[in-house]
Amino acid sequence: MACFETAPPDRRADPDDAAADPVLAVEGLSHRFGTRAVLDDVSFGVPAGRFTALLGLNGAGKTTLFSLITRIYNTRRGNIRVFGFDMRRHPAQALARIGVVFQQPTLDPDLTVLQNLRYHGGLHGLASADIEARAGEELARIGLAERADERVRTLSGGQRRRVEIARALLHRPSLLLLDEPTVGLDIELRRQVLDHVHALCRERGLAVLWATHLIDEVLDGDGVVVLHLGRVLAAGLVEEVRAATGSAALGQAFARLTGRGGPE
Amino acid sequence: MTAALYWRCLRAIIIREGLRFVHQRERFFAALVRPLVWLAIFAVGFRAVLGLSIIPPYETYILYEDYVTPGLVGMIQLFNGMQSSLSMVYDREMGSMKTLLVSPLPRWYLLVCKLLAGVLVSIAQVYVFFAIAWFWNVQPPELGYLTVLPALVLSGLMLGALGLLLSSFIRQLENFAGVMNFVIFPMFFASSALYPLWRIREGSPTLAWIAGVNPFTQAVELIRFALYLQFNATAFMAVSACLVLFLGGAILAYDPGRGFWARRGGPAEQG
Repeated sequence: MACFETAPPDRRADPDDAAADPVLAVEGLSHRFGTRAVLDDVSFGVPAGRFTALLGLNGAGKTTLFSLITRIYNTRRGNIRVFGFDMRRHPAQALARIGVVFQQPTLDPDLTVLQNLRYHGGLHGLASADIEARAGEELARIGLAERADERVRTLSGGQRRRVEIARALLHRPSLLLLDEPTVGLDIELRRQVLDHVHALCRERGLAVLWATHLIDEVLDGDGVVVLHLGRVLAAGLVEEVRAATGSAALGQAFARLTGRGGPE
Repeated sequence: MTAALYWRCLRAIIIREGLRFVHQRERFFAALVRPLVWLAIFAVGFRAVLGLSIIPPYETYILYEDYVTPGLVGMIQLFNGMQSSLSMVYDREMGSMKTLLVSPLPRWYLLVCKLLAGVLVSIAQVYVFFAIAWFWNVQPPELGYLTVLPALVLSGLMLGALGLLLSSFIRQLENFAGVMNFVIFPMFFASSALYPLWRIREGSPTLAWIAGVNPFTQAVELIRFALYLQFNATAFMAVSACLVLFLGGAILAYDPGRGFWARRGGPAEQG
């Protein structure tokens, strides 16, 4: 990975400042399709080791925001920095530090679990030996090591999601993005995936941005960014957002901020 | 070290495309049966209808089967190019293309890798077809099997790049049938694949002109000459120029700041 491991240019060297410097920094981001503004002056940060929920109804602009952070298309107004790397000027270094789980399932069902992981590792330029070792580790962690050589088609929905998370971690990113990763999962599996990602956050100091429209996926102690019609209405720890709006629960806070009924 | 990154990425994409091809048995057989049907049925029936004079690169009278074989090889590559185009559109709709696009390597390189992988798959099919055609008494000079390889790489790249470019224009999978009607069939029939240009000219000079400027004709002629140990400079330059044009267009269309990706955005992008 040598060429992607150059020192971040914009990141301050002083370790005392590191905590204040988020892994993901979004500043003044606006985006429009034709004349329709989808994101309007969006700014927030996701620090290391924190699970941050991007909370918004359908149509809030969450997927567009994810597409910009992952450079599916270019940022035109505003800045996105990952670990100090500007997405426009240093896209390779920024992308190398991001792991993504997309809303739609993206594993190849006809290939085995391991073949899928190898493909992803190759796309990130990992050496075969590293891929094998890390894939073994990640699969063992999610309890699927013995199914490595089975086709993805034979796995359940929850198992596939966990494989996708394992895949996103293969290149050891600092930032993990998940776009509504619990869509299509039952309550029990949702809880498992949510707990799994919280644990990753704590154990590895990962910065996590988890897009959702489900209030009950946001726990106390998490960060939350409330996105509504392309604008950030509030950002901070759940407790802070509750306090700022004088609400007893996040659902109430969301309803007050958006002036309408909260999400589910 | 950087070269190693690029190589690993290319290798991963080639392995994936290869595995997918092997797993889709129907596709493998369809790809093989299609030219064989032409060779075994169409060519036999057509042999009596169409008299061929001696034209370069042939040095003697040949059977129609011999004439049509390079055209069918071109057809394999044309269908393959369109198949990769189809799979690009499919991957885009299913979302799995995003996993490709978030790779830190430059997007033009990822497209070139996709293209190369598709060409390798098409060349494997071509050689299987050559082997079966040999038993059908289509036996070009032995060395021809080697000299045709660079021609196959170039024509495969050109037709694959055309597929990539087309995939950037196709919004939905359902529109793909249109590509069959408006690209594959006209390209195949208005070309020198099935009948020599001088024959077409007797029928219609206009059609002969169209066939002459058809990139697919140039690809077929490049393959035909190379298979008979000759180099067709015109075809080589035409195919190369088309490759540059199509690939350049595809790279622009897939650029994150331009073309298709930047213009995109509908209800599906609003989650």
